[in-house]
Amino acid sequence: MADEAVFEFLHTEMVSYIHREVFKDEKDQCISKLEALGFRVGQSLIERFTKECSRFKDELDTMKFLCKDFWGLVYKKQIDNLRTNHQGVYVLQDNKFKFLVQMSTGKQYMESAPKYLAFPCGMIRGALSNLGVNCIVTAEVSAMPALRKADGDVPH
Amino acid sequence: MSRQGNRAGDPRKVNGELFTLTYGALVAQLIKDYENDEQVNKQLDKMGYNMGVRLIEDFLARANTGRCNDFRETADVIAKVAFKMYLGLTPVVSNWSTTGDEFSLLLESNPLTEFVELPPGHANLNYSNLLCGALRGALEMVQMDVDVRFVQDILKGDNITEIRLKFIKRLEDAVPVGED
Repeated sequence: MADEAVFEFLHTEMVSYIHREVFKDEKDQCISKLEALGFRVGQSLIERFTKECSRFKDELDTMKFLCKDFWGLVYKKQIDNLRTNHQGVYVLQDNKFKFLVQMSTGKQYMESAPKYLAFPCGMIRGALSNLGVNCIVTAEVSAMPALRKADGDVPH
Repeated sequence: MSRQGNRAGDPRKVNGELFTLTYGALVAQLIKDYENDEQVNKQLDKMGYNMGVRLIEDFLARANTGRCNDFRETADVIAKVAFKMYLGLTPVVSNWSTTGDEFSLLLESNPLTEFVELPPGHANLNYSNLLCGALRGALEMVQMDVDVRFVQDILKGDNITEIRLKFIKRLEDAVPVGED
């Protein structure tokens, strides 16, 4: 098992590598590149995590697994708040998101927050896609240490 | 109800699979981005270096090891404290040169390569080159210029993974221009 610090620095390096290696006009591609990396990781992780699980009853059950077990295994804590409109939109709120707690509070660094959220978003999308849920995952930061994850599920 | 019970364990450790898979995704991306393995190695080394430069501070703050008096002591601290703390394994220190400025770290397992098989055509790729960069970066921050490279790698069919460290020189703190 690797230490938390190593993983966090690895993630930071990954973000800065992706942003270093692109030309100015391709800036928006960085986010999708990171997202794609996360997708791949999420897909493989969920396969390993759900090896001994029974089948999920429904979408909400899948979401609960994501909030409790998946979050627990990846971030060592559970999602603080899960809300849904029962029409396929889920909002997962994590008040102490690992990749952001190290950043200074205040508006100054809000701009760079999305860079550090693309990979985790991709991971969620990858995990859910392997559980048969196709969705769009977006992240939203309302205030620096407290952030929100909005999860829009595309209706079938 | 939680399905798997709480496998949280040590809060300072991340899930090993998460770490391994993330690193794998990164290397795969680098291979896509660059034409040859040498360039990938160089990038991995650079990233490792940046990580090492920061890790050393975390290490000094947490490990409480005190000052090393010679390179042998440094080697022991790297293997027994640093590797243990950050990757959860203890490599064997061996193959000292007669002058005492060069040694090898022998790793029987490598968490970075847990699910990895090298596809054909990547004979020159040092998959775990990040480790070399991290060691170089961390040691540079404690005034040691050290050359770090892979000698053997289980991924390439060797029996053991061997990282060679060669002490080059002691770095002196440079005084900024205009200061006495």
